[in-house]
Amino acid sequence: MTTLEGLDVATIRADFAILSRTVRGGRPLVYLDSGATSQRPRQVLDAERAFLEQHNAAVHRGAHQLAEEATDAYESARARIAAFVGVGPGEVVFTKNATEGINLVAYAMSNASVGESAESERFRLGPGDEIVITELEHHANLVPWQELCRRTGATLRWYPVTEAGRLDLDALELSPRTRLVAFAHQSNVLGTINPVGELVRRARAVGALVLLDACQSVPHMPVDFSALGVDFAVFSGHKMLGPSGIGVLYGRGELLAAMPPFLTGGSMIELVKMEGTTYAPPPQRFEAGVPMTSQAVGLAAAVDYLNEIGMDAVHAHEMALTDAALRGLAEIPGVRIVGPTTLEDRGGAVAFVVDGVHAHDVGQVLDDRGVAIRVGHHCAWPLHRRFGIAATARATFAVYNTLDEVDALVESVRAARDFFGVS
Amino acid sequence: MEQLYQEIILDHYRSPHRAGLREPFDAESFQINPTCGDEITLRVKLDGNKVEDVSYETLGCSISQASASVLTDLVVGRSVEDSMKVLTAFQEMAQGRGQVEPDEDVLGDGVAFAGVARYPARVKCALLGWMAFKDAVVRVGEPGGGTA
Repeated sequence: MTTLEGLDVATIRADFAILSRTVRGGRPLVYLDSGATSQRPRQVLDAERAFLEQHNAAVHRGAHQLAEEATDAYESARARIAAFVGVGPGEVVFTKNATEGINLVAYAMSNASVGESAESERFRLGPGDEIVITELEHHANLVPWQELCRRTGATLRWYPVTEAGRLDLDALELSPRTRLVAFAHQSNVLGTINPVGELVRRARAVGALVLLDACQSVPHMPVDFSALGVDFAVFSGHKMLGPSGIGVLYGRGELLAAMPPFLTGGSMIELVKMEGTTYAPPPQRFEAGVPMTSQAVGLAAAVDYLNEIGMDAVHAHEMALTDAALRGLAEIPGVRIVGPTTLEDRGGAVAFVVDGVHAHDVGQVLDDRGVAIRVGHHCAWPLHRRFGIAATARATFAVYNTLDEVDALVESVRAARDFFGVS
Repeated sequence: MEQLYQEIILDHYRSPHRAGLREPFDAESFQINPTCGDEITLRVKLDGNKVEDVSYETLGCSISQASASVLTDLVVGRSVEDSMKVLTAFQEMAQGRGQVEPDEDVLGDGVAFAGVARYPARVKCALLGWMAFKDAVVRVGEPGGGTA
């Protein structure tokens, strides 16, 4: 099962025990829902277990040997994860997930807006200020900004999406009052890769900050936040072969240094008196309380695993799968891809509708054949509304998927049409 | 899967009974399934204590559409009280994880949805119309009940 990219998928699959189980009465599992959550290789599970069996302790406190080892493991994980996305370890904040990372920035801006500090002036928002997002955002990169605008009186604006599933950059002009532009690197529904460079250029031209939701890009292609020139970025551990319960917020060093905290408490302090508190430098300032530790170790193991394969090879393999899916689905009458239909500026989320068969029913027939996909609005309800549909079926890929599994997807969609009598 | 998609369900899906929104009506309810975005708008017209008409528009899967269709068969012509008994029986069956033996005398074609109970992700689909019906009946007589 060695692919054109020299990837030995059979060997990779052997690392993922779950991929060899059967579902629904003995059908081999065809897992095409990695965009929701990916499976974890033995190496990640082993790393977590080894940490817990050998080194577990609360990090950044205590002077005993285990505390030292746990802190080393935690900080080594931070350094490897930071290097994976081209940034410094001091610029990586561990959060519960990507959603929390976005909320951290939104609440920091909120806190800056009620504070007096000159240092956090650049994060202050008020009536007349603007946050700009896009119509294709996951709710995680939409609702926190709606809420921030509600709290501060700022205005939320967005780039609309074209029929082809691209951002319409001409439909909105940033203004000097635009304070932040937040958008997805890759749409979790359409697969569209957004023009990061152009959006960064436009934001810079008006002095706005840029936040990138990289949940659907970091697991699937080489990504370097420094090279992209964004100010903030987030991604989730569980979508990149790592554990759930850990996400990453990247913030450019000088911004994190000036940004007020979101959650406060232990670990994030410098000096505490009854009258008031000063804060630790980043990233500790943004990691109040005892953090997730085995998850950080597990995520670093996932990064090592991906590095071992090479992100270029991961990307090439997933593009081959995406190409096969786009071609295979396009050949079925009554099936429409929602999003770009070629590989140009596109990643591996493939959403589609089947005329006459609701996405739930498509998903049910696929499930009966062992094919696990996602159905619904995929936490991007406004985007679905824009296309006039309540729900889509969505297949997403990871490095462990095979062309045979893409064939099973296509075959099962044909079966769904047969079952509901629309073929 | 054939247990889920009984022939009766597919029949109702292909030719839904009493579909569309009609006037006059006493109350209307709009319900959504936030996990998938499916929607139903359902109107109720009462004649005294009797359900005279139920009309609806759905944007949803075969299960939710067929369920709304079967609902109208089961409640139109019945008293509000009896309708609520059917609703309770349907809900208990759908949420019963396959442990509840449905009573065909009460549920009629509704027993076809017994298989839904084995698919927890689809229970909400089957109940969407019923929740709209319950809500609409409660709204009858409320100010603004007709505009929901």
